Amino acid sequence: MADETTAALKQQATEGDQGHQPSARQLERERFRRSRKRRDTWIAALCTAAFLVVVCVAVVASPGWVRVHTLFLNGAEFRKTFPSILHGFWLNIQMFLIAEVVILVLGLLIALVRVTRAPGLQPLRLAATVYVDVFRGVPTLLLVFLIGYGLPALQLQGTPSQPWVLGVIALTLSYTAYVAEVFRAGLNSVHPAQRNAARALGLSEPQTLRHVILPQAVRNVVPPLLNDFIALQKDTAMVAVLGPLEALREAQINADYDFNYTPYLGAALLFIAVTIPLTRYADRLQRRTAQRQRAEAAR
Amino acid sequence: MSEALLRIRGLRKHYGDRLVLRSIDLDVAEHQVVCLIGGSGSGKSTLLRCVDLLDQVDDGTVHLGGVELTDPRLDANTARRRIGVVFQAYNLFPHLSVLDNITLAPTRVHGVPRKQAEDSARELLARLGLADKAQDYPDRLSGGQQQRAAIARALATEPELLLFDEITSALDPELVGEVLDVVADLKQRGLTILMATHEMGFARHAADQVCFLEDGVIREQGSAEQVLNNPRHASTQRFLSRVLDR
Repeated sequence: MADETTAALKQQATEGDQGHQPSARQLERERFRRSRKRRDTWIAALCTAAFLVVVCVAVVASPGWVRVHTLFLNGAEFRKTFPSILHGFWLNIQMFLIAEVVILVLGLLIALVRVTRAPGLQPLRLAATVYVDVFRGVPTLLLVFLIGYGLPALQLQGTPSQPWVLGVIALTLSYTAYVAEVFRAGLNSVHPAQRNAARALGLSEPQTLRHVILPQAVRNVVPPLLNDFIALQKDTAMVAVLGPLEALREAQINADYDFNYTPYLGAALLFIAVTIPLTRYADRLQRRTAQRQRAEAAR
Repeated sequence: MSEALLRIRGLRKHYGDRLVLRSIDLDVAEHQVVCLIGGSGSGKSTLLRCVDLLDQVDDGTVHLGGVELTDPRLDANTARRRIGVVFQAYNLFPHLSVLDNITLAPTRVHGVPRKQAEDSARELLARLGLADKAQDYPDRLSGGQQQRAAIARALATEPELLLFDEITSALDPELVGEVLDVVADLKQRGLTILMATHEMGFARHAADQVCFLEDGVIREQGSAEQVLNNPRHASTQRFLSRVLDR
C-alpha cells in the first residue's frame, strides 16, 4: 500500500513538472533509503531462515518424532488414501455451494423483513427475530445431529432422507441466522442522511431501501460475508457425523482401517487449499473497502 | 399578492425536553427567496425539516399551495414530491454516478422515461457547469461540484418549493461563491426558495425576506435591507455584530 502511494506520488510529480532534476540531496536520500531497504530485507530473510532451522531441529530431535512421522506423515499411506478423500471432498464443495446460495437469499430476505416497518409484515418480523435468536444460539454440530437424526424420525411425507441433504439443511439453518444479522448490520450501517436524502426526493420506503440503502449495504458487507463463507466451507466437515462419504468421513474410515492418522492430514490439506485463497481474497476486499471508506471520509 | 405558496402557522417542535421551535409563523410567496438566519441551534434546520416532513411537528400547521402537509392522513411521499431539498453535507448517493443521482427520482417517482430524464439531467448539469461530470461518481468531485450536483438533483423533479439547509457551510471559502451563483441564478428564474444560511452578504442582495431566528421564534422579519442594515431588535443587532465583525 505504501508502495502504491509513493508510486502515485511519483507519477503525479513526473506529470506535474516535466524535466525536474532531483537535487543531489534528494538523490542521496533515495540512495540511503534503498540501502536501508536492502539491509531490512536481508535481516528479515536471515531471521526467518534461522527460525525455521530451530523449529525443524527441535521437532525432529524430539523423542516422539519417529512416532509422529510414521503415524501422521506416512507417504505411502497418503498416496494410498488421498484419491478417495479427494473424491469425498467434491461432496464438501457441492454442499458448500448449494448451502451458500440458499443462505445468501434467505439471509437477505430475513434481514429485509427485520428492517422494514410495514404493519402487515409484523408476524413475519416476529418469526424472523425468533428464528435468528434460536438458531444463532444452538451449536452447529448439535443442529446437524438434530436435523440429521430428528427430521427422518418424524417420518413426514416429503422429508429428504439422504444424510448429505440433511446436513446441508442443518448448515443452512445455522448460517442463515448469522448471515441475516450481517445483512441487517449492513443495512443499519448506511448513514441516516442517505435515507433522508432519498425520502426528501419523494422515494417511498421500499424504493429507498431498494435503490439507496440496499446497494450501499451489500457493498459494505461483502468482506464479512466472505469470512462467514470461509467458515461454512470448513464446517461442511461436520456433516461427517451423519455418515455421507465426504472428505472427513473418508479420512476417518481409512484412518480406522490402517491405524494411521495421515488421511486426516490429507483431508486438512484439502480444506486449507480452498480456505487460504478465499481468506486472501477476503483480506484484499477488506483493504479495498477500508481504502474507499477513508477516501469518502476525507472529503 | 394572493395566498402565499408556503404558509406556516404556530409551528412547534421539541426533541425530548428541548423545545426547538416555539411558535413559528411564516409566509413564503411564489418566486420569493426567504433567508433564515440565526445562531447555531436557533431552529433553522429544524424548521426546514418540519416543512419537508422529515420531522414530525408537535403543533401548528404547514400549508403548501393550499394543501396541509402536516395532516397525517396525507401521504408524506406525495407531499415531498413537490419540494426539493439540498442538505449541508450534500448527501449524494455514493454508489450512483452524478447522472444516476439526478435521474433516480424523476424515473422512479415521477415515471419520466429514462431517456427523457437523462436529457433533462444533462441540460441541468450543463447549466450548473457540470456538463463533463455526468458519469463521475460523487467522490471524484470537489465539495462545490458535489453541492451543485445535489442542487441539480433537487431541481430535476421540478419542485414548487426549494429548501436549502446551510448549503455552503461545509464548503471551503473559495468554493462558496460558485454555489451561491447557482442560487442567484435560480432566483432569476423565478423559483421559490426557503434557505437557512450564514452568508449575510448573499442574503443582503438576494433575499426578498430575511427572518432572524432565536430560541425557536422568529425575532425579526422583514426585507433584507431592513433586517440586516437597520435591525430593530437588540438580539438581532447582537447577532449581526457577532457574525459581521469576524
